[in-house]
Parts: sequence; structure tokens; C-alpha cells
Amino acid sequence: MSTMIETAAATAAENQRDRFYRLLPHLLAEDDRLVAVLAEIGVGYLDPTTVAPVADRVVNVGIREQLMVGVAGGLALAGLRPIVHTFAPFLLERPFEQVKLDLGHQDVGAVLVSAGASYDWPEGGETHFGHRDVALLDLLANWTVHVPGHPDEAEALLRGAAHGSGRVYLRLAAEGNARALDTGDGRMRVLRRGTRGTVIAVGPMADRTLAATTDLDVTVLYAATVRPFDDETLRATLDAPDVVLVEPYLRDTSSAQVSRALRGVRHRVVGLGVGQQELRRYGTAHQHDSLHGLDEEGLRRAIAGFLLDGRHH
Amino acid sequence: MRPTVRTARGYDDLPALLTLMTGDEKHDASATSTLEAIWVLYDRVLRVDPARPDAPERDRFLLSKGHGPMAYYAVLAAKGFIGPDDLRDFGSLDSILGYHPDRVLVPGVEIGSGSLGHGLGLAVGTALGLRTTGHPDARVVVMTGDAELEEGSNIEAIQYAARAGLHRLTAVVIDNSSASLGWPGGIASRFAVEGWSTVDVDGRDPIALERAFTTAPGDRPHAVVAHVEPKDS
Repeated sequence: MSTMIETAAATAAENQRDRFYRLLPHLLAEDDRLVAVLAEIGVGYLDPTTVAPVADRVVNVGIREQLMVGVAGGLALAGLRPIVHTFAPFLLERPFEQVKLDLGHQDVGAVLVSAGASYDWPEGGETHFGHRDVALLDLLANWTVHVPGHPDEAEALLRGAAHGSGRVYLRLAAEGNARALDTGDGRMRVLRRGTRGTVIAVGPMADRTLAATTDLDVTVLYAATVRPFDDETLRATLDAPDVVLVEPYLRDTSSAQVSRALRGVRHRVVGLGVGQQELRRYGTAHQHDSLHGLDEEGLRRAIAGFLLDGRHH
Repeated sequence: MRPTVRTARGYDDLPALLTLMTGDEKHDASATSTLEAIWVLYDRVLRVDPARPDAPERDRFLLSKGHGPMAYYAVLAAKGFIGPDDLRDFGSLDSILGYHPDRVLVPGVEIGSGSLGHGLGLAVGTALGLRTTGHPDARVVVMTGDAELEEGSNIEAIQYAARAGLHRLTAVVIDNSSASLGWPGGIASRFAVEGWSTVDVDGRDPIALERAFTTAPGDRPHAVVAHVEPKDS
């Protein structure tokens, strides 16, 4: 990936969100069609030196998220490509009607980039949890949804989105996989082949899903792009028609996609992900993984139970 | 700023054009609260051209208050953006003209509206975009209603516009006293305190409206509060 920003500046600790902030001014410098639209969140993380040459295209509207999305719609109407960023609940939930109307109904494009994922800041609690994001966008037409599992994937997907023209949601997470797995073509990648079923690991779930299924005879697919859903790869690699979805956001968000992809095929599908009930717990992200059955042990139990015994716990 | 567009149809043709939509025999101006303001904008103020409705340097008119768009459609027809025949099937399945306008369907319509409180934010973004794309003189005029201003999204845009120096942005508030809870202290003060220039004007007086649109100080966004007779009066 020769176009990537100098990796010398990258540190081992750099996560997807760090990469986004470092990359954003460079992207703006490369393409004068791009405008960053922020509502305070993230402003303090941008390097003033790299922002300075493109400062007229970094718009901070203050803590005004309805305006943030409305401004993005207006910029797009004027022929520009907005990159809109804040935490997922304030990007999609609070201004949902602006996302629906000021972007969708106006028939304009935008790149929405969220931080915080489902519970990247668990101490912050419910108000900052973003697990409903992909399900919410499923209510709207023509959104591409990327869920990268590594900073390099996030960068490649962001670059692709920035150069495009449609409506794109990029979901950045603090944690992920040890190495980049996605090829950026929107297709799922086959991580392992087996005969007893298919496990689809989305974004940051890949490493733990591979670990949880290491002694199971299953196909493991990796998806960093979930909308549009890659029906073709699922069908082409399907052996036993039992499918497990491992998603880092609301459980069953993509179950209907799997059912549609396998229309005409008798199949079973189970969705693993973040539960709908509000837990009112703080702690660490790993503790929340355990609470939702998304740690390695929880995944092993659920996947083995579903595929081998026909039971789902 | 003088208009660049002249057509054979004038203000006196608007009642007949309205009749094409409603089937009613007679229309006077009071049938629609926005008629004079939209007419004056298209006839005397905006630099728009029906032959080039997508010209990047054009002025923009955003009807935020998407309700009751007949006056808008009649003016667009009078100015040649759409044909009189388009008016006849207003609201029918295959019509380009709904009870709320859709920019994807109607030439010259800048935004799809109907849900209240979206136009000011879109107008702010459009004004920022025109500045960024090298058309800083293009004017963005957004029309709202006094009741529409109740939506909280408006205040985010009103607060931001002057701080961002959007001098070519104009908000036209058609005040027909339809806000149930009213606006104690007046509507203009809400804009003034956020750094806009403001003017209150008789919304039925074309000369006063033209003056209100064209004599703004120009060093900050401008709000024109156009008062018309109360709704259903």
C-alpha cells in the first residue's frame, strides 16, 4: 500500500482512531474536494501543523450534531465531499433525521466516521455506547458500511471512501486484529476452510473467532465491509448450511442479510454480538466482551454449541 | 444585484398558475403567505437561470418550510424552471410536484423539504461550500416559517452562521403568527443576538421586500422577518 502515510510515524500503540486523526489532514491536502466536519470531538487530537494548510476545510461547528450533519448535506450539495466524525451515538442517533433527510433524501454522498465502537469507553457507560449503529443504518437505503479490524484496513477503507461519491459509514474501533486481513474490495475473505458450518467474523472479531474455532471443522470468513453484504462469497464457500455471525455491535444485526443471501437454501443462522439490554455496568472493554459472550471463551461455547450439538447458549 | 432572468410571465400570471394546481377559480395573494417574498426573490434578487439550473455559481434559494409549496411552484413555472403543464397534475402519482418539494424531481429546486428545521443547516453548509469552491459571492437564501423556527435544529444554525462569517447567507422568516406559543420579544431578536443583521418588513409589500433583501449590511448573515396576516385570519 504505497499511498499510506509514512509508517515511520506510526507507533505500535496506534489504533484505528489515532490513525484517522493522523491521516485526516493528509487526505484533505491530497484532495481539495474533501471537507472535515466535526462537532468538537476529535478537534483536540488533530495536529495543528498538518491541519494549518487545510484549515479552511476543517469545519468545527461546536457541540451541534444536527448542524454537523446538515452542514455536511449542504457541503455535498455544493459539490464537496464531507467527512463527518464524532462518537457513534452523536453521529447517527441524535441527528438520525438529518442523516436520513439531509444526506439520503437530498441524494448526496458523505463519509461518516465514528469513534467509540460499541464500548470502547466502558467507564463512560450507556450514553457513549455505539452498538446500535449498523442496525440503525440498515433502516436507510444505499449506505456502504465498513467495520475495519486493523488501522491499515481503516486507512485503506477511508481512502477508498474519500475518493468515492456515495454514502459511507466507517466504524472505527480501539481494538482489533494483530494484522490487516481485508483487501478493500468489499468482499469477505476466507480465513479457514471447513465442512461443518460457516463462521463470519466481522472486523475486530477475527482473531478471537479464529482462536475460538481452532479445533472446529468450520469455514471462517472475514468481513470488514458488511453493507452491501457479500452474499456471493457466503454462498460460494457454503458447505453445511449452518452460519454463525460474530459481530462487534448489536447481536443479529446481519442475520437478515444471511437469510437473504441463503434464500432458497434450508439453513440455520445464529447471531453473536452485543446484547440489547442495558447492563448499567462500567469496567473494561474486555469485561464487556465477557458479559456479551464476545470473548474467546464465550465465542467457543456458543459456536460449538450451535454447530455441533444444535444448541445455542 | 439585478436578476439575470426575464420571462414573459409576470406577477399577474401567478393566480392563473395557482389555479392549475388547485382547480379553484380565483386566487389572490393572501391564499399563500410566501407568494410575494418568493416572487420578489426570483424576479428581483436571485441570480438564477432556468437554462442552467445547476450552474455552480448560481445563487441558491432553499425552501426550508416545505409546506404549502404552491406559491413556489407557481413562481418556478412563471420563471421557466418548470412548465405550466407540470402544475396540472400536482400531487398525483407521476407528478414531479408533491405537497412537499423534492430536489431530485424538480429542476431549480435546491433541497427536498417537508420535515421542519432542516433548511437552515443545509443552507449553512451550502454557504460554506460555495466559499470553499470559489464562489464566495453566490448568495444563499433560506425561507422558514415562524412556527418552523420552533424546531431546535434552527438555533444551532443561527448560532453558527455569524460566527462562521457567512455574509452571503440570508434567512427569510415568513411570520404569519402560526407559532402556537408565539415569540415573546419578536423573531428578529433571536437572530440579532447571534450576530445577524435583521429587518422586519411587510411580507405583502414587494418594494419593501426587495429593499430588505438588497440593502443588507453585508458584513454578517442577514435575517428578513416578513410579516403577513395571521394564518386563517
